[in-house]
Amino acid sequence: MSPMRVQWVAFQTIVTKEIRRFMRIWQQTLLPPAITMTLYFIIFGNLIGSRIGEMGGVDYMAYIVPGLIMMSVITNAYGNVSSSFFSNKFQRSIEEMMVAPVYPVTILLGFVAGGVARGVATGVIVTLLSLYFTDLQVHHVGVMVGVVLLSAILFSLGGFINAVFATKFDDIAIVPTFIITPLTYLGGVFYSISLLPDFWQDVSKLNPILYMVNTFRYGVLGVTDINVYVAFGMLVLFILILGSYSIWLLRRGTGMRQ
Amino acid sequence: MVAALAVENLSKVYGNGFEALKGITLEVAKGDFFALLGPNGAGKSTTLGIVSGLVQKSSGSAYVMGHDVNGDAFQARRSLGVVPQEFNFNQFEKVYDIVVTQAGYFGLKPSEARANAEELLKALDLWEKRDTPSRMLSGGMKRRLMIARALVHKPDVLILDEPTAGVDIELRRSMWEFMEDLNKKGTTIILTTHYLEEAEQLCRNIAIINKGEIVQCTSKRELLSQLTTETFVFDLCESLPDGFSLEGFEFSSPADETLEVTVEKGQSINRIFTMLTEKGLEVRSMRTKSNRLEELFVNLVRESNS
Repeated sequence: MSPMRVQWVAFQTIVTKEIRRFMRIWQQTLLPPAITMTLYFIIFGNLIGSRIGEMGGVDYMAYIVPGLIMMSVITNAYGNVSSSFFSNKFQRSIEEMMVAPVYPVTILLGFVAGGVARGVATGVIVTLLSLYFTDLQVHHVGVMVGVVLLSAILFSLGGFINAVFATKFDDIAIVPTFIITPLTYLGGVFYSISLLPDFWQDVSKLNPILYMVNTFRYGVLGVTDINVYVAFGMLVLFILILGSYSIWLLRRGTGMRQ
Repeated sequence: MVAALAVENLSKVYGNGFEALKGITLEVAKGDFFALLGPNGAGKSTTLGIVSGLVQKSSGSAYVMGHDVNGDAFQARRSLGVVPQEFNFNQFEKVYDIVVTQAGYFGLKPSEARANAEELLKALDLWEKRDTPSRMLSGGMKRRLMIARALVHKPDVLILDEPTAGVDIELRRSMWEFMEDLNKKGTTIILTTHYLEEAEQLCRNIAIINKGEIVQCTSKRELLSQLTTETFVFDLCESLPDGFSLEGFEFSSPADETLEVTVEKGQSINRIFTMLTEKGLEVRSMRTKSNRLEELFVNLVRESNS
């Protein structure tokens, strides 16, 4: 059997296993984002949003929906890979792959694909829920799909690196709690950065999540605070950097091989 | 002929400075049933860890079926099945899924993976438990699950790192039969164990490792021929009389109605029976004090330590 054939089957196996894992524990993986986002829609969209009126030229509820969808995609893609890979390390079941003829890049692609699958699955659930609260239009489907996939890949890689270095379960909660969540809230999910003073607008532009949220919002509503080409360029660049670093870590066996 | 496993000048120094392997050289022939024995911390698991890709070597080389475990890891790993010492499967996965998933890592088609998993789970008496989450299995079942998982891609070489640890006697014997049968069908088996009767029963060739160095590497027959004395325990029907003696033999009586006699190579046990009969002592039963390999192992390790 050719090495490529083996890698393809191994990749499919890892992806299937990952999807089976998050589907098996759907109460912990798919249900919470659905509940949280429904609360956001009700509180920020319906109750507070009706007093705000319009943002960026559109109804406030319609304005926050793309940001909330991206927020669920990002956090779930990250959380899936960080918890799954760390759990594999913790239970030592990662050794099942390490003793098999699976290339490091195959392992990485398998876990990332699993993260993307969960990110997209929660994104779809949140999108369907949002239809109950507002009418969604699609301005540019290619931009929408592209930014969702690239963001999910990028944050899956982030989750993977986090899991490689994590030595206890607390370690995989630190980055989402202290970095991803604050950056998401400050990334223009609930407001347009044009409302901010110039200085804080410039500071906000250092936040990578701002680019993802605004690019997705552009795909849905056609309104954005940033240049979408710059956003795509940055996403691809960061994916290449984090992807190369992840493969290097896997080859070295960091956190896995004695 | 290419060896199933060849290790040359293999050394390993861990990050804390501990030198686990001091340049060992070892060769296991194809089709062999080979035991790697040694006390705790001797370097057995480190050696097998390097061969299976779980431990990074410091220097030297290792080959599985002629494939360098680092230079040609793909082919080396395809030839190898590994049963580690500690349970290392996902505790939440079902038995069947664990075995089929492992087959996928080796590139087996789903139909082939399912067929192999069924065959192995039936052979190892786990088929009825196929839909049980692995955490619900007994210790013995978990050991057998790891054997099924390691064999699902039909490897040429199987590494068993203490496969029967914590397994009851009946089950251990059935696992021995399974391993012997597997070896007869052509699979090279490399075993580490603390049960020396297991090694004596199953293996043809034996290496003894201590403090990261190979103390002995030879055939079981050759190794056992080095045994110069053997101690036998006689259970008597009555206590030994005062002033009891046994000319030509070292003996002791650790308990009433028990006689321990050390027999040197070349001495006949018949003489002991003759002398006991002459003294009117009847023997109820007789056994060796310890397993022959165990005695030899203890002597070799003691010598190596001193």
